[in-house]
Amino acid sequence: MNSVVKIKNLSHKYGSTVALDDISLEVERGELFGIIGPDGAGKSTLYRILATLLNPDKGEVYVAGLNALTDYKKIRTKIGYMPERFSLYQDLTVNENLNFYASLFGVSIKENYDLIAPVFGQLERFPNRRAGALSGGMKQKLALSCALIHRPEVLLLDEPTTGVDAVSRSEFWDMLSQLRKSGITILVSTSYMDEATQCERIAMINKGKILDTNTPVNLVDNLNENLYCAAANNMFGLLNRLRRTSGVRNCYTFGATLHVVADTSFDPDQVSAQLTADGLKNVKIYRTKGDIEDLFIKLTRDE
Amino acid sequence: MGIFGSLIKKEAIHIVRDKRTMFITLLMPLFLLILFGFAISTEVKNIKIVTIVDKHTDMSRDIEQKLAVNEYFTYLGQAAPGDVERLLRTGEIDAALFIRTDGDKLDTQIIVDASNTTSAKTSTGYIQGVLSGSSQSQPPILTQTLYNPQMKSAYNFVPGIMGMIFILICAIMTSVSIVREKENGTMDLLLVSPTKPGTIILGKLIPYFILSCIILAIMLLIAYTVLELPLSASVFNVIILSLIYITLSLSIGLLVSTIVNTQLNALIVSAVMFMVPIIMFSGMIFPIDNMPRILQCITTIIPARWYISAMRKLMIQQLPFGYIIRETVILGSMTIVLLGLAITKFKNSR
Amino acid sequence: MNNQKKVISVKDLTKKFGSFTAVDHISFDVMEGEIFGFLGANGAGKTTAMRMLCGLSFPTSGSGTVAGFDITTDAEDIKRNIGYMSQKFSLYSDLTVIQNLRLFSTIYGMSDKEFKSASENLFKELEMEDMRNTLVGEIPVGWRQKLAFATATIHNPKVVFLDEPTGGVDPVTRRRFWELIYQASSKGMTIFVTTHYLDEAEYCNRVSIMVDGKISALDNPTALKEKYHATTMDEVFRIVAKQAKREE
Repeated sequence: MNSVVKIKNLSHKYGSTVALDDISLEVERGELFGIIGPDGAGKSTLYRILATLLNPDKGEVYVAGLNALTDYKKIRTKIGYMPERFSLYQDLTVNENLNFYASLFGVSIKENYDLIAPVFGQLERFPNRRAGALSGGMKQKLALSCALIHRPEVLLLDEPTTGVDAVSRSEFWDMLSQLRKSGITILVSTSYMDEATQCERIAMINKGKILDTNTPVNLVDNLNENLYCAAANNMFGLLNRLRRTSGVRNCYTFGATLHVVADTSFDPDQVSAQLTADGLKNVKIYRTKGDIEDLFIKLTRDE
Repeated sequence: MGIFGSLIKKEAIHIVRDKRTMFITLLMPLFLLILFGFAISTEVKNIKIVTIVDKHTDMSRDIEQKLAVNEYFTYLGQAAPGDVERLLRTGEIDAALFIRTDGDKLDTQIIVDASNTTSAKTSTGYIQGVLSGSSQSQPPILTQTLYNPQMKSAYNFVPGIMGMIFILICAIMTSVSIVREKENGTMDLLLVSPTKPGTIILGKLIPYFILSCIILAIMLLIAYTVLELPLSASVFNVIILSLIYITLSLSIGLLVSTIVNTQLNALIVSAVMFMVPIIMFSGMIFPIDNMPRILQCITTIIPARWYISAMRKLMIQQLPFGYIIRETVILGSMTIVLLGLAITKFKNSR
Repeated sequence: MNNQKKVISVKDLTKKFGSFTAVDHISFDVMEGEIFGFLGANGAGKTTAMRMLCGLSFPTSGSGTVAGFDITTDAEDIKRNIGYMSQKFSLYSDLTVIQNLRLFSTIYGMSDKEFKSASENLFKELEMEDMRNTLVGEIPVGWRQKLAFATATIHNPKVVFLDEPTGGVDPVTRRRFWELIYQASSKGMTIFVTTHYLDEAEYCNRVSIMVDGKISALDNPTALKEKYHATTMDEVFRIVAKQAKREE
């Protein structure tokens, strides 16, 4: 079996709230796999089950070829888990934290230093700073170093980039692609749709269900929508008018422009002429290709 | 260093770096012992008293003399019978002693301000003592106070304070420190590591056990030096019993931490569920024998009751170990049950 | 825009913590009805600056006015004339929708009568009439966000401060939220917003980017993109934020 993580018909409830609803998933060895979905989609529940902290109500879960229900003790030596919240000891220094986690797994920092070097390198300048006094990006790097120190087979990262600024976020993703070269399987969840393209394959998850699993490119190719970009001097006015235009199925903001999902009857030239006549200036409507975010909007709308 | 060693080292760093908490933890026992030992006293001293004498005789003068020289009384002389009520009401006197001479027999009446029942009872006793010593027609009643001949209240409070401090420090500090890790998410990381839950628990309990031992040493030092409790061979038994009680308190803390999920809840549960019953029902302040039956039953489930009772026997009565077997067995069984329950609950949290 | 009223005006605003200068002589104006994006990397000084503007923290030096009140002397007046919403705290989840609204309206000194008409309008506008007696903890995230915004603006403040209002929220809900912002701004309310989603920076009238406690870039998105030869605000942000030199 070459899949490192295998989930079959997994369901989990908290009381009457359904957190995960019949999820199936397979992650190959060495893959950088993304779990993309908003807050409350069930990502953290899935991670807690994979980390063997939570027993699922229904379904089968295998991590590193081991059953999560019966072999959870063995699994724990093979995974590195980084929970959603910053989970280091704030009153311990950088080095004390790293040493502590190394000793928990009975390894020395020296023997695995090569693995954490690209992550930990920047932290070496202040080994005696308390973890609580680090900046957001640095905390992230320390947490990742601690999760990696025992050379796990599978790295479980639950929303590592939430609340982190764009520059630190892209640095973090650069580190992940470096780590992949060492053969480690990485499961990373995020609520930032734009990060999806950094993964080899992604699963889109919403309200406890997996909407689709595929490579980012294939997902977008399968989008199969008649998509246009629209812009004008008054974007809010443009949005309101386009929504009332016939042939427009959906219209939403998209960065500096609007995206228009249209029927085949939609004629961009005719519509922009009409809008200009209505008093809008610099109206531009042109065909565009969607991305993951368009897909998410489509999938949630179809539900 | 093995897993265990680093768990303990980590916890020690938490304790030492949180200077404010450590300061309070170490100073509070000192403060409470000295406060109860010196400032708060149930001894009654300087009872302001007057006499009302209808006929001066040798016997009445003898009583007056004794009141004047007794260190517990401040004798303010004689008063007119009509003034007594006013003097009592204004607080100028605490008690009045009517002495009527009937032939060669003395007839006495004690009037005492009982707005504070404890001091009223004590002063009445003192006055009776003075009277019995002077009455020539009756043989004097001899009272001998055993174990605490000076009736020092500090003696009584030392075991009570120790019973309270250990619950406070062990139960509250362990439960808060474990729940803090739950809140921060670090507990999850400990649990997903190959470390056994039992090791995690021990790594949490042992540092607080050591801290409690330090506090025990401090308290015993003060009790036997500053508060001048009689030092004897029973110190060894005191330490053994205290170690059992400390373990029991740590188990309570652990149990609380498996039930609650926030530090605030841990604090409230530990304080309300354990502190209040200790103060009310452990016999620390209110004697258990004076309670209604049903409350007396309740006191039997309060560990501090047994600890305090045994400590009184050991520290004040200086009794040998044989007299505290019952308490030791009860405390020991409570420890085993609570620790077992706490560990099972902790392991089954998955 | 020059003849418009300045709602926020800041000059050389500085905040030091010991030897560390968190906010270093920042100056800018925000006009009435403007959507002003306040960007910066973690630790660049955004939160400290925002706290000063809300009257929660006293500047070390410099001056500023918010909604016409001086931030050094009239902090209490400022608090009465601004709205504030943050991702971390917005509503009490153990109170119902109407209880939350009533609570905040009382805090801002609205009478029962004022509240009644304001809340009726709100419920209609937000299409939440059937949710008024539901516990806030039980309503979906999207609705909760709308409600949080409504609560922050129930007293009709001149300016509303939004601190990462859309963190972790799905794309659909995020967009609905921005439409609310547009609506409020078109009615003349000034919006001061921080975000980590750089596509949202494109929706702002003007954007400032803080680096090491200073404002390194300040203009409308189109001009910023031209200046830095970038196609998206995301690129602009990366170029500007990478100038940071401050030690961690």
